[in-house]
Amino acid sequence: MAEYIDDDVLVCRCEEITAGEIREAIRMGATDVTGVKRRTRAGMGLCQGRTCEALVQQILRQELKGEATPESIGFSTPRTPQRPVTFGTLGGDDL
Amino acid sequence: MSAAIEAASAGVKVLVIDANEKAGGQLFKQIHKFFGSSMHRAGVRGIDIGRELLEKCEELGVEIWLDSLAIGIYDNLRVAVDRKTGFNEHKMILVEPKKIVIATGASENAVRFPGWTLPGVMGAGAAQTMINFHRVLPGKKVLTIGSGNVGLIVSYQLMQAGAEIEGIVEALPKINGYAVHASKLTREGIPIYTGYTVLEAHGKERVSEAVIAKVNPDWSTIPGTEKTIEVDTIAIAAGLKPLTGLAHMAGCQLTFDRFLGGWAPIHNEHMETTVPGIYIAGDSTGVEEANTAIEEGKLAGTAIAASLGYLDEKEADALQEAAWERLKGLREGAHGAERTQAKEHQLHAYAEYMERRGEVG
Ligand SMILES: Cc1cc2nc3c(=O)[nH]c(=O)nc-3n(C[C@H](O)[C@H](O)[C@H](O)COP(=O)(O)OP(=O)(O)OC[C@H]3O[C@@H](n4cnc5c(N)ncnc54)[C@H](O)[C@@H]3O)c2cc1C
Repeated sequence: MAEYIDDDVLVCRCEEITAGEIREAIRMGATDVTGVKRRTRAGMGLCQGRTCEALVQQILRQELKGEATPESIGFSTPRTPQRPVTFGTLGGDDL
Repeated sequence: MSAAIEAASAGVKVLVIDANEKAGGQLFKQIHKFFGSSMHRAGVRGIDIGRELLEKCEELGVEIWLDSLAIGIYDNLRVAVDRKTGFNEHKMILVEPKKIVIATGASENAVRFPGWTLPGVMGAGAAQTMINFHRVLPGKKVLTIGSGNVGLIVSYQLMQAGAEIEGIVEALPKINGYAVHASKLTREGIPIYTGYTVLEAHGKERVSEAVIAKVNPDWSTIPGTEKTIEVDTIAIAAGLKPLTGLAHMAGCQLTFDRFLGGWAPIHNEHMETTVPGIYIAGDSTGVEEANTAIEEGKLAGTAIAASLGYLDEKEADALQEAAWERLKGLREGAHGAERTQAKEHQLHAYAEYMERRGEVG
């Protein structure tokens, strides 16, 4: 969807980042998903951006207009664990 | 599962890891008859196809770990798995296979409007899992966002499960899914608001009303067209995107294509990604449909069996050719030309990437 998301609407639920904060990061120089992530933590939470990535991409596209391509905007970098895991499972019984 | 069946029937030892309580992915939620380009299975329900695949896996002695999560893939094809080992018991296990098939499916796209974090606002796929898998009705008065096939089918199934569908909102000027599915709803008097979007949702403990309004082609809303609808659930069906986390982490190269749902790993005609030994199939390499996922699984499964020496090359080639022939047929349906083109693009991108890497390395 190409809808405009108002500044006060939460985009990243895990880290509680609004569309306004993402636009601010873009004004400060972020040109891709990773740049927004570094400045705001959007996409750095539990779900690793599974939910908000597409919206961050959409806002970047809208704000950067013609200068941005899907390739230049990129995506969020996945890390281990792909989904939340308990410390008990990670550490084994000896924890 | 389809990759597992192909490989296992050639004699390969296969382990399937799935985060769900049941193997089969989306299929076990698809109680409706299959539609579209599905040549020979158009009249079969998804859930029955799932059952068939599962039985075949069991027959062939494929090992299946359920409620178990692949949390990462590392160098030399090592996979970290959070394996369920008992009631409320999980263990980290490092699996070191010779080959990996990633078939993690897709995840739902989100839509944002003020109030989207209220309880009761959810993905349509999540609502479908609740009714068809867990047998829990998410709410009584539902508004669906999106009139693609997922939005239409899930709305109809929610209605069958006892919910009232207050309406379906579609920003495009026309219904996006198949007429067969839409007419089942309009016959019941369910309004489909084409050219509308959700402005905001209100509520205290959970969503209690949604405000919708007409949109211009540039997405600005038209003042004076607002409508307030009383709801306790908003189901968002705004498309899916390939779930590429594991592939990406493993170093597989991706390309972007909007007809396949966005970024997806590129691969060769055996479904092998740019990381040798890692194969990809199904929605995780481009959101399509169950039958294309099954055929891609077959491609991966036979290629693996051949490369491990369980299948002679000639036999494997014949199987691969037949699967490609069927894929060609399947990609003649809705958006078939675009999907075919996008898939070809993935193959080209793979060839180009490997050539470039060959030059450098
Ligand atoms: C409402 C709806 C209706 C549909 N109707 C039709 C139809 O009529 N006809 C048709 O052909 N297609 C239909 N489809 C599409 C079809 O269901 C999918 O294309 C198909 O299921 C894709 O198969 P897949 O194996 O690629 O992915 P999925 O079926 O999504 O399976 C992916 C599996 O991977 C597991 N997984 C993901 N990540 C991990 C991890 N890290 N560790 C362990 N497990 C993991 C998931 O739990 C899941 O079980 C429909 C889809 C929806 C949502």
